[in-house]
Amino acid sequence: MLRLHEVEAGYGSAQVLFGVSFAIEAGACVSLMGRNGMGKTTTVRTIMGQLPLRGGSIDRFGDATPGRESFELARAGIGLVPEGRQIFSNLTVVENLSTFHRPARDGETLWTMDTVLDLFPRLRERLGHAGNNLSGGEQQMLAIGRALMTNPRLLILDEATEGLAPIIRQQIWDCLAMLKAAGQSILVIDKNIGALARLADHHCILEKGRVVWQGDSAALRADPQLTSRYLGV
Amino acid sequence: MTVTLLLEQMFNGLQSGVMLFLIAAGLTLILGIMDFVFLAHGAQVMIGAYAAASLTALTGNFLVGIVLAIPITFASGFLLEFLLIRHLYRRDHMDQVLATFGLILFFNELIRIGFGPAALFSDLPKALSGFVNILPDAPYPMFRLVVIIVGLACAIGIHMLVSHTRVGAMVRAGANNEAMTAALGINIRLLRRFVFAVGACFAGVAGMMIGPLTAVEPGMGEPLLILSLVVIIIGGIGSVRGAFVAAVLVGMVDTMGRVLLPVILRSFMGQAAADGAGPALASMMVYILMSLVLVFKPTGLFPPKG
Repeated sequence: MLRLHEVEAGYGSAQVLFGVSFAIEAGACVSLMGRNGMGKTTTVRTIMGQLPLRGGSIDRFGDATPGRESFELARAGIGLVPEGRQIFSNLTVVENLSTFHRPARDGETLWTMDTVLDLFPRLRERLGHAGNNLSGGEQQMLAIGRALMTNPRLLILDEATEGLAPIIRQQIWDCLAMLKAAGQSILVIDKNIGALARLADHHCILEKGRVVWQGDSAALRADPQLTSRYLGV
Repeated sequence: MTVTLLLEQMFNGLQSGVMLFLIAAGLTLILGIMDFVFLAHGAQVMIGAYAAASLTALTGNFLVGIVLAIPITFASGFLLEFLLIRHLYRRDHMDQVLATFGLILFFNELIRIGFGPAALFSDLPKALSGFVNILPDAPYPMFRLVVIIVGLACAIGIHMLVSHTRVGAMVRAGANNEAMTAALGINIRLLRRFVFAVGACFAGVAGMMIGPLTAVEPGMGEPLLILSLVVIIIGGIGSVRGAFVAAVLVGMVDTMGRVLLPVILRSFMGQAAADGAGPALASMMVYILMSLVLVFKPTGLFPPKG
């Protein structure tokens, strides 16, 4: 599904990623962890084609052609729920969803306006509202719904529970667990290690632009040192 | 000053306003949404006017001339974006000013070479050249009324396109956050080309309608470009709704100012002084209006959201 090999990337003269390698198999849920500034969002931007690849390779759905543009990758099947939600504030809730609808490239189209609104009934009550008239939780639901409307083969969530009330966070985690159970491949970035250990099958810890540890949830739980060494503040 | 004359001038103001809107609508999107300084938008007006005038002469039918000229203006915007403009998005504003100012000179010279320096005149079909009574005993040129109707219809069309279609939502999404729009599968480059082509098309329609009222000649677009820049600043850069309100406002103020100011001035100064100061002051009115808007609402009357 997605395979990063020794990926290097950065901004201007500042290199951020120094050889990131990991893979996501079809139907799997992988987490990306690490302290702030270790390269998580940079990794997402590079996967999404928003930052140029400076070294290594990224194989997306069997296509490793370098220099693919963001919109081509979205069409190929990457659905992005970005850091900070980035809802279109000048579009209504309906427009935020319907504008980006794209039928699935293989098999049946799972996500339509109706199924997305069934997943997030709260959005149904806000259809005519502008994107900036929503609460943080509603905006997050809209950002996830918007990505699902593209019927992605791989869903990427960058800090999808940041800044939300605990009860809303739990709703988002429940929603992700449901998506995973339905067979959705997911790459998730978050700070909540407990929730990630319950959701994801495989975990990657980033430190200074490198993957310093990979393993499954059992291995993550078994080594409490990991948390304090790489993830503690 | 009679009521009839006042009414006629109000219609003239509205007519000039809706034509300004057709020019400003595309330009406000290019300036506001794409952050691109495009000075050659007046040339699109000229291209539209020349295309319609020569096709009318060729086919002998004004309506056929217009219908054939519309795709030409669309294509000219599309090609211009493809050949030149897209290479300039990442350059700074001064480069864009220089390049598109160069385009003005280029297009004016091209038209001069192709059609000669003299103005083209096209005869209106009989059905459009008469007068209609807008009030009893208030005759108004039929064609100017048609221009108003076409302008308002286009304004509704632009509104529907931007606010009620999927591609309009894409344009607004792109204006709000280009990187995110692309990350959801929208080809921003194609979207920009589309906005350019549609903008050129509406500016061209304005040229086609204005052509029979004024002279179709090289450089005819530049005074209109300056007025539409005033419209865009008053309306709020990037706001189509603002451009509409501001265009009608500018059209009205400009037209009424020219008629009313000399009359008003005559009431408290000598005839000669009023006749001298009136037209001079009238031609400054829209710029005074713009200055006032800039003082009290620096982002324009309807700054775009987001």
